[in-house]
Amino acid sequence: MTVSIRHDAPSAGSDTGRGRAPDPGRRSSRLWQRVRKGGLPYLFLLPALLLELLIHFIPMIFGILISFKQLTLFFIRNWQGAPWAGWSNYHVAVDFHAAIGSALLHSFWVTCAFTVLAVGLSWLFGTVAAILTQDTFRGRAVLRTIFLTPFALPVYASVIVWAFMFQYNNGLVNQLLHNTLGITSKPSFWLIGHNSFFALVIISIWRNWPFAFLCVMAGLQGIPRDLYEASAIDGAGIWQQIRKITMPSLRAVNQVLVLVLFLWTFNDFTTPFVLFGSSAPSPADVISIHIYQASFITWNFGEGSAMSVLMLLFLLVVTAAYLLVTSRRSSNG
Amino acid sequence: MRITRVSAVAAAAASVCVLAAACGGGSSSGGSGGGSAGSTKNATITYWASNQGASLQADYNTLNPELKKFKQQTGITVKLQVIGWADLLNRILAATTSGQGPDVVNIGNTWSASLQATGAFLPFDSNTISQVGGTSHFLASAMGSTGAAGQTPTAVPIYSLAYGLYYNKAEFKAAGIANPPATWDEMVADGKKLTKGGNYGLAIEGANPSENIHNVFILSKQKGGSFFDASGNPTFTTAANVAAVQQWVNFMATDKIVNPGDAEYDQNQSLSDFAKGKAAMLLWQAAGTTLKADGMAPDAYGVAAPPVESGTPSASNPDSMVAGINIAVFKGSKNQAAALKFVKFMTSQSESTVLNGKYGSIPPVKAALAATPPANQEQTVLRDVLSNSAVALPQVPKEAQFETTVGAAVKNLFADAAAGKPVSAATVKQQLASAQAQMAG
Repeated sequence: MTVSIRHDAPSAGSDTGRGRAPDPGRRSSRLWQRVRKGGLPYLFLLPALLLELLIHFIPMIFGILISFKQLTLFFIRNWQGAPWAGWSNYHVAVDFHAAIGSALLHSFWVTCAFTVLAVGLSWLFGTVAAILTQDTFRGRAVLRTIFLTPFALPVYASVIVWAFMFQYNNGLVNQLLHNTLGITSKPSFWLIGHNSFFALVIISIWRNWPFAFLCVMAGLQGIPRDLYEASAIDGAGIWQQIRKITMPSLRAVNQVLVLVLFLWTFNDFTTPFVLFGSSAPSPADVISIHIYQASFITWNFGEGSAMSVLMLLFLLVVTAAYLLVTSRRSSNG
Repeated sequence: MRITRVSAVAAAAASVCVLAAACGGGSSSGGSGGGSAGSTKNATITYWASNQGASLQADYNTLNPELKKFKQQTGITVKLQVIGWADLLNRILAATTSGQGPDVVNIGNTWSASLQATGAFLPFDSNTISQVGGTSHFLASAMGSTGAAGQTPTAVPIYSLAYGLYYNKAEFKAAGIANPPATWDEMVADGKKLTKGGNYGLAIEGANPSENIHNVFILSKQKGGSFFDASGNPTFTTAANVAAVQQWVNFMATDKIVNPGDAEYDQNQSLSDFAKGKAAMLLWQAAGTTLKADGMAPDAYGVAAPPVESGTPSASNPDSMVAGINIAVFKGSKNQAAALKFVKFMTSQSESTVLNGKYGSIPPVKAALAATPPANQEQTVLRDVLSNSAVALPQVPKEAQFETTVGAAVKNLFADAAAGKPVSAATVKQQLASAQAQMAG
């Protein structure tokens, strides 16, 4: 494609005249000129754009299409033939007085609580660790590498290991808390009941904080050392340095970091699925698993898609609002 | 800034759409090719086998020699893929949606009616079933789990199983119990005697929806209950069903003959507990091979028919579900003739004998059953249960949903019981009502 442009370009550029009778050849050469002037970068982007459309948007459009269909087990063989459902899938999903809607709402709140806790603590741990390892000391490289291991491990393998550790009878966690330290009066359940929520939060933090650590560490490299030295001469303590120098300098990094962590955590499917199987206990029934169950396990793909679309809309709204608020603040400040 | 915002929004959209994409997607694996019209010689078909042995590799080792035999006899090559239970249903659904999949597939027999409703499988009408030996070739009880009543079956049985009560002989002797319990009351009484010193009377899989379903289904049947009415609509909250679920959970909650830790079991940990002597009783289908692998000698345990409410087990007073595996042909198969020949081979008297012998299951083929005497006491009991007192799970399209929703409800109740919360009839009824409400649509 680029070859043909270069081939045509010199002639188009050399004899472009104004006021002459337009002939097809000239018109096309004028087009090429325009393309050459402003459109060429977009032309280069075209293949990527088409692939993006193919990989991301077409499946999404199919998902939206399916959410308006009564796609149950009777129609999956010929899903185009499934009857249109209008808004009924959405009505069922947002009817919070009925069983399906109220279960979805419950799952939504669980996911929100899970996301806020997991993202907040991941960010906190990552930032603290990055600040503490900012100054050089013996063994810093080793420590940083160790910190990054949870992020490098395959999700499935690490979550399976966590599932073993959280087991009631033989799990390491109960062994430590109950048998060795005697903190709990009897062994606790971690994979069922209320604690399952905390088990999920703990694993999510364990998996995501190294990423926060990595990002903040990179952000810290960009802060000039003179700022700290100058402030130290002016008598600023460590807390003041963190508040007045480190945090404002990290604003851009944090903006992206928190957003990415939020989206990852809210959408996380692998961790709860590996930990709990296809039916998560109700205190840890996060939305990704809930939708999976609504579509794959009960074979109601229209309903599942409608829930997915609702989740998409929610995330879009949150993301847009977040970016609007944070970027306005940063341009004001 | 504007561009970052737009691209961030796009990124958000993209990450969400992974889920949407998962709903629209369909994977195909393997393909069927070759084979000129009219002749099946040199044809190649793909077979998705379910995981029957101790591991996927064990299944390859078991099945490959048989497939070689089939190739020698017919010239048809069979490409084998053994698929774990966790993936099998999803893979079948994906193949159904995309129209691209294997030619022959194993299915859990409780899925029969649900999958039949999708229209994915070749119906075994009178002409088709005669090609694999006819309806009378198979046991009637096993044929009862091949599709909804009154409709043309879309599968034929290949392996059959039934539940048995496995009990630890030494622990029974030590507790002074002469015979295995015949009724649930006796079982609870025995269980209380056997529960001591960290050991428990009964081991169960509290977090496994299917196991929960099989057991509450039978308990409900014994009380004259049913989870579906005649037209296939759910009736989860009837008194019999509530009582059945409560009875099952109460083995842990009030009778305390089940270790609370069993509430989170879903990886066959109950078998290993039984094998290690941590529990004295176990309700399971053909547990022999697994118990041996877990280090329990076959003479250390006995097998009896599962308990009933009262009286003796019979077809009207059942003590087990008809468990088993069916084999089906995809309607989209380009090699239906070859696929049917393969089904005929796998359900022939000789292959049925060989395969069921290797897996420790019961041949659903009459001639194979008659020709092979039971290998041990376990086989004798399970065969007796299957032929005399086992009933099929409801063969209705919503069965798969039933297993998911009610299975999960029982799992939640076990979580309550394990945490020491009381499990009242009202709690059970509320859980079942919520499960039933989710069946709509």
